[in-house]
Amino acid sequence: MASNGSLDSAIPEGPLSEKWTSYKANAKLINPANKRKYSIIVVGSGLAGGSAAATLSELGYKVKCFCYQDSPRRAHSIAAQGGINAAKNYQNDGDSVWRLFYDTIKGGDFRSREANVHRLAEVSVNIIDQCVAQGVPFAREYGGLLDNRSFGGAQVSRTFYARGQTGQQLLIGAYQALEKEIDKGGVEMFTRTEMLDLVTVDGHAKGIVTRDLKTGEVESHAADCVLLATGGYGNVFFLSTNAMGCNVMAAFRAHKRGAYMANPCFTQIHPTCIPVSGDYQSKLTLMSESLRNDGRIWVPKSAETAKKIREGQLAAKDVAEEDRDYYLERKYPSFGNLAPRDISSRSAKEVCDEGRGVATTGLGVFLDFSDAINRLGEDTIRARYGNLFQMYEKITGDNPYQTPMKIYPAVHYTMGGLWVDYNLQSNIDGLHVLGEANFSDHGANRLGASALMQGLADGYFVIPATLPNYLVKEKPGSVTTDAPEFAQAEKEAKERIEKLMSIQGTKSVDEFHRELGLLVWDKCGMSRTKEGLEEALKRIPEIRKEFWENVRIPGTAEGMNMELEKAGRVADFIDFAEVMCHDALDREESCGGHFRAEYQFTAEDEAVKTGHTGEGEAKRRDDEFCYVSAWEYTGPGEKPILHKEELNYEEVELSVRSYK
Amino acid sequence: MNLTLKVWRQAHENDTGRIETYEAKDIPESASFLEMLDIVNTGIINDGGEPIHFDHDCREGICGMCSLTINGVPHSREQGITTCQVHMRKFRDGDTIWIEPFRARAFPIVKDLVVDRGAFDRIIASGGHIGVRTGSAPDANSVPIPKDDADDSFDSAACIGCGACVAACKNASAMLFVGAKANHLNRLPQGKPEKDKRVLAMVHQMDAEGFGNCTNQYECEAVCPKEISADVIAKLNRDYAAAVVRDAVE
Repeated sequence: MASNGSLDSAIPEGPLSEKWTSYKANAKLINPANKRKYSIIVVGSGLAGGSAAATLSELGYKVKCFCYQDSPRRAHSIAAQGGINAAKNYQNDGDSVWRLFYDTIKGGDFRSREANVHRLAEVSVNIIDQCVAQGVPFAREYGGLLDNRSFGGAQVSRTFYARGQTGQQLLIGAYQALEKEIDKGGVEMFTRTEMLDLVTVDGHAKGIVTRDLKTGEVESHAADCVLLATGGYGNVFFLSTNAMGCNVMAAFRAHKRGAYMANPCFTQIHPTCIPVSGDYQSKLTLMSESLRNDGRIWVPKSAETAKKIREGQLAAKDVAEEDRDYYLERKYPSFGNLAPRDISSRSAKEVCDEGRGVATTGLGVFLDFSDAINRLGEDTIRARYGNLFQMYEKITGDNPYQTPMKIYPAVHYTMGGLWVDYNLQSNIDGLHVLGEANFSDHGANRLGASALMQGLADGYFVIPATLPNYLVKEKPGSVTTDAPEFAQAEKEAKERIEKLMSIQGTKSVDEFHRELGLLVWDKCGMSRTKEGLEEALKRIPEIRKEFWENVRIPGTAEGMNMELEKAGRVADFIDFAEVMCHDALDREESCGGHFRAEYQFTAEDEAVKTGHTGEGEAKRRDDEFCYVSAWEYTGPGEKPILHKEELNYEEVELSVRSYK
Repeated sequence: MNLTLKVWRQAHENDTGRIETYEAKDIPESASFLEMLDIVNTGIINDGGEPIHFDHDCREGICGMCSLTINGVPHSREQGITTCQVHMRKFRDGDTIWIEPFRARAFPIVKDLVVDRGAFDRIIASGGHIGVRTGSAPDANSVPIPKDDADDSFDSAACIGCGACVAACKNASAMLFVGAKANHLNRLPQGKPEKDKRVLAMVHQMDAEGFGNCTNQYECEAVCPKEISADVIAKLNRDYAAAVVRDAVE
């Protein structure tokens, strides 16, 4: 594809609400007897990968599924607490497919693809049916029917939930479906196995190179197509709410082989996480957003009071009501504490930057339940959030029934990812990307309870319908690992491992990771500037240079070596961080999770004068930036080439997001 | 705080393994147990040694990956939490802490504190599921489920498959794990059609994997990070007996 040429998103013709129906009606089918001749590689076993592998096997394809954990049940989808959205309208409160679609587009700050999002809203209803049939124990009312709640600022109750373990229960559903297929022989499962490279033959994705994390063996696997469902890249920031093992390796390897990386600067900072307590900290813990339904967020009005709290001279409960600033309620009266994630996070940063933060590090705000406890009683609050309060107390040693929680934003989800078309196929033929690993549905900001929905939509319902479009053109089994491309990719993977092992420097992998994480958090985190990003782009090559000269990996490449695993992942994070900063630099606007300090509303703007939005709010520039940026890899340390997919909104009118 | 660690080191599955001693110095009280091990490992790496290998991933008590036996108790003496949720403020300066893997014949050691729990996956594969094809599900609200049944099922579904129950049991029995899965699915109307088949298959697989039998000591319940009640074992026995009888009669 020529540089700056337009990307073909393969959106079907016809009115928005009929695209998916007509797509399915006209989709290619593969004869049932022929399906078993096709083999499919699925990398990742979370909600997207697990559900795809299980469903494709049910349909008759031969599937090989890979995960780095010791069991497919452990993928990080499991950690999602809050819930899963679906346009069921069981509450009769005015929800519909259209409304879920519109909320998702608006929440994404008008940077997602209309057709994909509409399809997501359509299949959301099937997901709930499927999961219930599998035995997922969603919350129920006394009448025996499913319960819903409002989540993440939605005006309707469309979120299905399973206590604070929705992700876990959904993943167990997908995992059990996957195990069922493993038992039948339709899926061959490879646990503790990591993808090191993508193999393309004649421009088509036909296999992968892996490392067995137990034996250290590097192996090739060939198939008729490759599906990546490898999650997001939040761990580029070192500290995030992602699991320790989450990494960008598979996606970045595909990127190096030609797949475009789309919108990598769209990262989501979740507003309610437990603040950092020290430099030994290995990860951050999210407290479910549902807490914002009853908790009130505040900091003291004056920096002096905040200082006293930080130094332990003053307790939160001794701060008089008139000295408190419930800043979200003040700035966004109609949404209050439920303002969208990007807005809530940025507001927390603002008040902390003003010196009004309350955690020992100065980076924390109060989430206070005392009003809710007075109004509803401690028992009600315990019934709603008991497990979360307990988790908070375990980690911090504070009892949130008596003293307000302290929270601070943390990296939580990444909206960007590999570019895909409507078929979920990347710009490499045969390479399909599902779930958080792709970019398509959440635009610049993801709404709460939509990640689970997207992962399962892609795996259960979208890819089974779109994959035949590719496969039907392919002769099954035409490529085997005997193709010279496999030997070459294996050789390169082994050389990379040898290189890493041979450095024997003086700094541990974690030290490099932490250094990179601090840099990108500072320069490409909640607030970004041209200057800061340019500085980051100067620093990252220095980190890379030192890494490849001075990293210390003990042990050998044979057998289990967790330092070597981490080193390979951090090496890719370093390279990935560059693409992310290039993207953030190019996007000279603020939208969703991407806030460029140069582009915010001021008192001069019409929207501020009319009171539609306020000073300091993110300012989109639709005339120039209503596109998906898809970056093409050009070589180590080289600036990638930008390709643009213009976003055409047929049905939705672009507007200034207002949560006033 | 300063601590002495006695840690099980084993290079690979066939190595004999041994306890080695490490000093953990200047550990912050607010650190988690695994962060303490991170600090110790950084020291070992800087001294040119091989870091202690242990399984961990989400570090927030839900993925079930972490699996240390701390002072003889899987996931430590503290109730209702996983290893990653143990915090150093629960220990005292100068303590000696013994750290071992989850031991069981059915969980072979891979390296140091890392074990292979693939047996659990094979038990689930044998019957721990409901055979519903994607796309063939009826509307989610077409079958009301009494809240009590749903809650009972949910309590069992909370199992994270960590294996602490097996590690705590002197017989290395997996009855709590299998009982939890059986009760999760058997209590729901969706799970009824395959109930007998499920229970027979899972128990058969459990035996084949080399897990021991239950002798009603309830160590499993005491260490379960999700506090799953040993009642599920009684229910499993009942469901199993009924399935055997029906299987014989039909």
